[in-house]
Amino acid sequence: MSNIPSDLKYTKSHEWVRTLADGNVEVGITDHAQGALGDLVFVEVPESGKSLKVGDAFAVVESVKAASDVYAPIAGAVVEGNAALTGTPELINSEPYGGGWIARLKPNGAPQGLLSAAEYQAHLAAEG
Amino acid sequence: MVDFGGWDMPVNYGSQIEEHHAVRRDAGVFDVSHMCVIDARGSRVREFLSKLVANDVAKLKSSGKALYSCMLNEAGGVIDDLIIYFIDESFFRIVVNAGTRDKDLAWMRQVAAPFGVDLTERTDLAMLAVQGPNARAKVAELLPVEHRAAALALEVFVGRQLGNWFVARTGYTGEDGFEIMLPAGDAVKTWRDLNARGVKSAGLGARDTLRLEAAMNLYGNDMDESQNPLESGLSWTVSFDNPARDFIGRKALESLKTAGLKKKLVALVLEDRGVLRGHQKVIAGANEIGEITSGTFSPSMEKSIALARVARDAGATVQVDVRGKLLNARVVKAPFVRHNKILVS
Repeated sequence: MSNIPSDLKYTKSHEWVRTLADGNVEVGITDHAQGALGDLVFVEVPESGKSLKVGDAFAVVESVKAASDVYAPIAGAVVEGNAALTGTPELINSEPYGGGWIARLKPNGAPQGLLSAAEYQAHLAAEG
Repeated sequence: MVDFGGWDMPVNYGSQIEEHHAVRRDAGVFDVSHMCVIDARGSRVREFLSKLVANDVAKLKSSGKALYSCMLNEAGGVIDDLIIYFIDESFFRIVVNAGTRDKDLAWMRQVAAPFGVDLTERTDLAMLAVQGPNARAKVAELLPVEHRAAALALEVFVGRQLGNWFVARTGYTGEDGFEIMLPAGDAVKTWRDLNARGVKSAGLGARDTLRLEAAMNLYGNDMDESQNPLESGLSWTVSFDNPARDFIGRKALESLKTAGLKKKLVALVLEDRGVLRGHQKVIAGANEIGEITSGTFSPSMEKSIALARVARDAGATVQVDVRGKLLNARVVKAPFVRHNKILVS
């Protein structure tokens, strides 16, 4: 059973979103997503300043098995990519909601259309 | 779990990378029961195989000796790659891929008919590949006492029937080990006994990274019916030595050689960060010169590696189009890793 913290928001494409104290948001991929990908070996994090629309592919996560795009859950600008993932991509496997965060974004307005933990749980159940 | 040639098979049991390291450093077990075991019997079986495959079964002189070969069509395209074990003059055992089973059997039966050779698929047998530096010792512990010494005395690429197990010192990982063909009913218990002795369960994912580090071709990726063995890194498996041996595909390969081969299969190490994958384009200067046939991340080297089919005159450095970016790669001598030693600087 994958871990779905109740204090985060989610997308159907398996990203999570955390609102930080400074109003920026932190984005990563869910426990379910890292489990499906398997051992992560390469992460391409976005450069600071990059402007994103909802749904833009802004990062790439690659496991031994496959490459997968990570999509922007909100519109905004990249404040910072997680440089630690360059040397230790496996942080996404071990701490998907902690040290495995992928980027911090400065949102354009309030995030919209994100799923609650319960809704994401239901989405996973429906995906089978 | 994934569908693999009609079989439901696990890509990994836990961490694919840990399974990979277990095989390089200790021992792992793969369920390879999907592989198709065919017993060929008849007084003219050697003659039949001499016609059927591109390598020369005349090399098989002592009982148990194995031979790796391609089976070609008349155009020199690879129908499948296989292993042939010589048991005796009226009995050879052949192991082919699962995904090609139907067409292989149909082709082999057609070629076998004039030789009066009987082909029997051994669906009653399971196959376990136990691989790694400690694999043979762990398997020996499971054998009846009277067979242990014989198993451990097997030379590389030799198999032998020991009780109701056929034990062969072969594999697809670049490590030492055994492949065991055993009654299907014994497989689950044997698997658990191996686990209990510290042999780690390993899935298709680790099997792929191990074979690619060992630069062993995968049928369907690195060669198929549209490619010939001479441009697939498999010239060493084609025997032209006996001019009288008219194996299927020989004329086509000889014509290709006369006309000049155009392509070659090379081993690549990615110099930049990223992961090479099948079908990515290989570039030299402004020209596309080929494509990746198999690519992955090498857990042993912690770099991406690949096999690629490129123009025969390709140089020592190339670029690969990885998701729209041109990354630098180096052509290296295969294999990348063998017996847990990295061979590429």
